[in-house]
Amino acid sequence: MTAPAAVRGRAWVGKTPLFAPVGLELQAGDWTCLLGPSGVGKSTILRLIAGLETGVRFEGQVTRDRPVALMAQDPGLIPWLDVTGNVTLGARLRGTLRASFVPKYPGGRPPGPGKGPGGRGAEPPPDAATRAAGLVEAVGLADRAHHLPANLSGGQRQRVALARTLFEDRPLVLLDEPFSALDARTRAQMQDLAARLLDGRTVLLVTHDPAEAARLGDRILLLRETGLTEWPHPAPRPKAAARPYDAPEVLALQADLMRGMMA
Amino acid sequence: MKTAALLIVTVLSLWQGIIWLAGMPAFLLPPPMAVAEALWINRAEIARHAGFTLAEVVLGFTLGSALGAALAVAMGFSQKLTGVLRPILTFSQTIPVFALAPILTLWLGFGMAPKIAMTVLIVFFPVASAFLDGLMRTPQPALDLAQVMGAGRIRIMRHLRIPAALPGLATGLRLAAVYAPIGAVIGEWVGGARGLGALMIHANGRMKTDLVFAALLVLSVMTVVFARLVAIALRRLLGRYGV
Repeated sequence: MTAPAAVRGRAWVGKTPLFAPVGLELQAGDWTCLLGPSGVGKSTILRLIAGLETGVRFEGQVTRDRPVALMAQDPGLIPWLDVTGNVTLGARLRGTLRASFVPKYPGGRPPGPGKGPGGRGAEPPPDAATRAAGLVEAVGLADRAHHLPANLSGGQRQRVALARTLFEDRPLVLLDEPFSALDARTRAQMQDLAARLLDGRTVLLVTHDPAEAARLGDRILLLRETGLTEWPHPAPRPKAAARPYDAPEVLALQADLMRGMMA
Repeated sequence: MKTAALLIVTVLSLWQGIIWLAGMPAFLLPPPMAVAEALWINRAEIARHAGFTLAEVVLGFTLGSALGAALAVAMGFSQKLTGVLRPILTFSQTIPVFALAPILTLWLGFGMAPKIAMTVLIVFFPVASAFLDGLMRTPQPALDLAQVMGAGRIRIMRHLRIPAALPGLATGLRLAAVYAPIGAVIGEWVGGARGLGALMIHANGRMKTDLVFAALLVLSVMTVVFARLVAIALRRLLGRYGV
């Protein structure tokens, strides 16, 4: 089976190498944490997979076999749209906001049960508004569905961004330091929420925080100036949850990762 | 309000003071009272001319803004088009509008058309450049998201870039509203018998300086009121958009 997404190659900024040759493969259904200090090209790798402009010279190969959704440190909310409007932004931008939602990508989310022969008589898929309302509720913002981003806290904005990411309903989700700008408590809450709601999807989490990698990574890859190294597989994560932030083995892993980053 | 009244009183006293001290004859600098009198005596004529000027300003402003905004959107779509058009636009602004006015009159006659064309020429540049500036400054995170979401260029323009650029467009429109009457008046100066500009030229030729000042005063008040109305309308519209 081929990897859902892979990056093989090296990159330069002008004449300076950004990272040594790397080979990164995501595994379906796993959270892969790409951990490393700032400026070693973590985000560049993520943007290569997303197909976005990177501003670096990349020599190599990027493959991806499924559509992605993106969530970054800057929630990228649209200031003139309320919470629901931001969650349904993708539908608005694709011109499908008023059309009923049909999952285009099997594997993104299991389609609803079809009743009757040949799926006839099956319940129609929920429309964009219904889905958005459900997701806004899932991230705990039901009472703020009509607030503008300016009236939300940093953590609430990232909740909106998470709901928007879920609304896209893509099998592969790219998270670019999504919780870095949050305070420690909000960050831990967002990690729990993301682990729960993104369960079953393939996730690439770019982070500079060893604690975050220790809580969320099924696999942890350490990116340093010298190259990419795969960390020994941590103990399995509880289903649809982050590892507890205060468990001794998580703290030990965090300390290990920190040593790895300092090395 | 109090400061405004104080300012007006100061200006009027300075004006009258200069006339007394320097012994200026009325045909060079009419005293304030003479201007007020000319304004009152000629109120019907001034109002008629002001009506023409206002019509030219409103039409020219509307047309010029629409053209400028459309041009900005077209340039926002295409870097190539921007590369070609930007120097041409800048070049077009190096031609003094005064120099163009007689030619426009030659081409378009003595009616309203050359005045409106003048106003359009003056209005569309600030609108186009301020709006284009806004269109090129859409926050990158939003554009990245849109790309990953699979949005087309037209929808990105409609749902992200244009709304985000509305404050820029408003800046352009507010500037243009102040400049628009200048275009109309230059047009009226050069040809035709209607409008405040024409009235001023004629009055000046007959040494009726008080009437020139009266017309100028009406023009200024008209411009201030027009610019103010545009600003208020824009604030309402933008407020509804939440930007």
